[in-house]
Amino acid sequence: MDDLLSEFICETNESLATLDVELVRLESAAGDPDILGSIFRMMHTLKGTCGFLGLARLEAVAHAGENVLGKFRDGALPVTPAAVSVILKCIDRIRWLLEAIEKTCSEPEGNDDDLIAEIDAMADVALQSGRGGNPDQAGAMNPECAPAAVELLAQVARAVNDEETAVPSAVPPAVPAHTAETEGDEPVQQHKDAAAGTSSIRVNVDIIENLMTLVSELVLTRNQLLQMQRALRGNEFKVPLQRLTHITADLQDGITRMRMQPIGNAWAKLPRIVRDLSCESGKKIQLVTHGAETELDRQVLEMIKDPLTHMVRNAADHGIEEPAARIAAGKPENGTITLSAHHESGHIFVRVQDDGRGLDLARIKQRILAQRLATESELAAMSEQRICQFIYKPGFSTAEKVTNVSGRGVGMDVVCANIARIGGTVDLTSHEGQGTTFVIKIPLTLAIVSALIIETAVQRFAIPQVNVLELVALSERDGAKIERVNSAQVLRLRDRLLPLVSLRTLLKFDGGVGEQPKQQFVIVAQVGTSTFGIIVDRVFDTEEIVVKPVAPILRGTPYYAGNTILGDGSVILILDPNRLAVAAGQGQLGTEASEAANDTKAHVVSGASDQSSFLLFRTEKTELKAVPLELVARIEKIDSAAIEQVNSRHVVQYREHLMPLVPFDDDWTWHKSGTQTVLVFTDNERSMGLAVKEVVDIVSAHMTVELAAEQPGLIGSAVIDSKATDIVDISHYLMLAFGDWFDAVQEKKNQAGSRNALVVDDSPFFRNIVAPLLAAANWHVTTAANGSEAIALRDAGKKFDVIISDIDMPVMDGLSLARTARNDPRWRETPMIALSSYASDEDRRAGEDAGFDDYLGKSDRVQLSKSLMSIVSKFSRNDGTVRRKVS
Amino acid sequence: MYDTATKAELAEPAREEQEIESFVTFTVGDHFLGVPIGRVQDILVPDVIAPVPGGPIEVSGLINLRGRIVTVIDLRARLSLPPPSRETSNRGKCVTVEKDGEFYTLLVDAVGDVVILPAYQRESNPPTLDPLWQNIVRGVFRQQDNLLIILDVDRVLDLDNSRTEFNAE
Repeated sequence: MDDLLSEFICETNESLATLDVELVRLESAAGDPDILGSIFRMMHTLKGTCGFLGLARLEAVAHAGENVLGKFRDGALPVTPAAVSVILKCIDRIRWLLEAIEKTCSEPEGNDDDLIAEIDAMADVALQSGRGGNPDQAGAMNPECAPAAVELLAQVARAVNDEETAVPSAVPPAVPAHTAETEGDEPVQQHKDAAAGTSSIRVNVDIIENLMTLVSELVLTRNQLLQMQRALRGNEFKVPLQRLTHITADLQDGITRMRMQPIGNAWAKLPRIVRDLSCESGKKIQLVTHGAETELDRQVLEMIKDPLTHMVRNAADHGIEEPAARIAAGKPENGTITLSAHHESGHIFVRVQDDGRGLDLARIKQRILAQRLATESELAAMSEQRICQFIYKPGFSTAEKVTNVSGRGVGMDVVCANIARIGGTVDLTSHEGQGTTFVIKIPLTLAIVSALIIETAVQRFAIPQVNVLELVALSERDGAKIERVNSAQVLRLRDRLLPLVSLRTLLKFDGGVGEQPKQQFVIVAQVGTSTFGIIVDRVFDTEEIVVKPVAPILRGTPYYAGNTILGDGSVILILDPNRLAVAAGQGQLGTEASEAANDTKAHVVSGASDQSSFLLFRTEKTELKAVPLELVARIEKIDSAAIEQVNSRHVVQYREHLMPLVPFDDDWTWHKSGTQTVLVFTDNERSMGLAVKEVVDIVSAHMTVELAAEQPGLIGSAVIDSKATDIVDISHYLMLAFGDWFDAVQEKKNQAGSRNALVVDDSPFFRNIVAPLLAAANWHVTTAANGSEAIALRDAGKKFDVIISDIDMPVMDGLSLARTARNDPRWRETPMIALSSYASDEDRRAGEDAGFDDYLGKSDRVQLSKSLMSIVSKFSRNDGTVRRKVS
Repeated sequence: MYDTATKAELAEPAREEQEIESFVTFTVGDHFLGVPIGRVQDILVPDVIAPVPGGPIEVSGLINLRGRIVTVIDLRARLSLPPPSRETSNRGKCVTVEKDGEFYTLLVDAVGDVVILPAYQRESNPPTLDPLWQNIVRGVFRQQDNLLIILDVDRVLDLDNSRTEFNAE
């Protein structure tokens, strides 16, 4: 095909997509002149280009459309849904013509007189209803089709009149204020896009795909070369090969990024679909989208496009009720479908939510019985959740009538199958009368990750490279050797003790399976903030692997994140560093703990953001208590004989320091013999041991926090195995252990009791870490989940002595909060501390510019508590209220 | 290989109206076993089995079947039979089945013929069968020299279920 023509088609298809969206916006924004202007320009350009390329049919259709748009612009024709529908029809025709041109390189036979007549009739209505306009243009295009036009004219005139009698103004009804608000951001976004457009070029997808394949081949070839080079030992190929490795990696990275597209691309058609649906069905529906910029692999995007469209259609067709029914149910007349996407722990979550009627359980049950999918007694035993799952069965539809849109019983099963094909899952929650929410979770498994291949007991495993910090070859001579603290293996690594976990022991390779080699390696791995070492026999190479989930039968097996097929065709397991980290934290405990770690398989340790991991332990009174796992540095078993008593306090020699031991209960009896289980908490280079009876398990649970817990030493509770379990406030015990932390506890209590701190963070987890730290310093802590909640507190007249705020938050971020606070006398002088995971110099500057007094990175727990304490004491000292003393 | 309708039909336990049933047969130890032919995807001789340390005892490991990762189920272990004696221990054969889009392959001693049997001849499990077998066996056919024991593929692949029930006994 002619280059010019193909470029035209590509470009026009894009502007048509934009036109769809813009027109729907135009309709709801009541003829906003800016939107109108941009639509008119697009149509005008289209018409001009068609003329230039000699595409007469297209030009005629575009011209007719432009004509009506011109009337909109001049105010000669009101922007009514009927009129917009005509324009949309015009766009559909243009699209159809384009498709034909794309196939045959020329315009198809025939003409568009019918459509043009309709469009012109619309333009004429304006004329006839005496609203001005240019008489020359109306119907001028195709005078020969006058009879049809007369008929249509009457139709359209009726439609237009209906609209106008129904609504006093030309403004279409049912545009809730917040639609305009949510969409208000869009023009800005689009301007940005337009600016970006100038520096981008259009590339055929096939070329990118081809490149991707070539890069994969290149990676494999490089791997072969590396292997050969290793056999040769030290030669002139080494340096160029290293460079080749870097370049290949960069190349691959670049291509992968090239393939990423914002999920908004899959959404572009939805506003139009929802709009058409609401027109057809007489329902009032608005579509709200969040996170359109979330990027995902092109392939994944293609795979979820249809399922998403289907789900939104379903929501509009089945979910949202008729306006009358909604009002009767006490809901706003306008139904809302919310579409949102975000990245979370290696997955993309897409949520399709409607506030409609929810799934009709009774009808689903009827259908199940009618289709003999289950018997009545089986149904009676099923949970609601389980019953809802039946909508995924092929041929299952509860829609009473088959509409144009849905109700034909093909649907959810296909949706589910499509998503499952890319390793995703669909979760469904429905509340009768309140709406239905689908959450699609797509793992990033299509992406290639780089992994380090290691060997233990003659079996190879892969470890994701992102978790690997460094490799240490163990050798007696250089002092890099494994030492033991009690039964725990550790390695001295630059003045630090690195806890070790032996893969051989962990995976229960007992003697016999491959002899333990003389030379061993330690992989220094990092998961979150914890660093640990993994002892392996051999280290090979890094390889690019495609992570595939393990078969369901193996899901209960700990330690594996997936499996993959290597370049040589062998199957290899991918180790899950999260699970290994848990093992490392516990490995020191011996058998009991590793069993506990094995038992955690039923629980997901690294769960969603509002889930936290807790270490569950038993107290002397055999009550179960929990402590955030994040805060526990180590678990130790200490020989009871080694516990010494100094001034009525118990201490133990631990890593060349004296570590105070605090019993969990006041009336604790110290045993003279045997071992004592101790949870070690490290804070600011001090360690404190909390004596407990035994460690039970590690679980993941949702934490609810009551800061004003009546009992000292507790910060809240979490529901663990459907039982409320107390969560222990470690700061309370830190206080007990280091009574000298502040000059005098009593004094501080008296004087600092009135100091108020505000903690603003959207993550409950961080609020829960920071708040107790401050509480330990006897601050009264108030929390807010975002900037606007904080401002609401200000407006309510609250005053604080210090505000500690996260930067990245929904609704109102930290920077806006600081600016807002500084612009008002009430909080202008309040010290503000930023707390953010973005801690580059630039971020710091941005924070200071916005009005923050200090900036803390929140990556490192130890650092955080240290800095927080020192800053807090700084502000306190300024006041002279709290004197002391943080190292 | 088979269209889904046939598979679904055959996967169903015997119904009165079904005239005949076809099974792929194989042996494990002294036992002569069969699974519905509709469930069988492939029969293969495993090359390299990558073990899964820490995995269930019934899982021998993973193999690469034409670019797909397939989980190898050691039927001997699954049926709680003693490991093979040294001389009979060869590589074995594998009967590949599918469950929920995932491929599994059952490691057996030898694969026999496909047998076609009238459905009415299937007899229910003897009540004296031990609970583990009771859970995964779906009837028995009397053959001339021996008994053909029919396995329920889904139950065979459901390790958790059997374990809890077994332990409960």
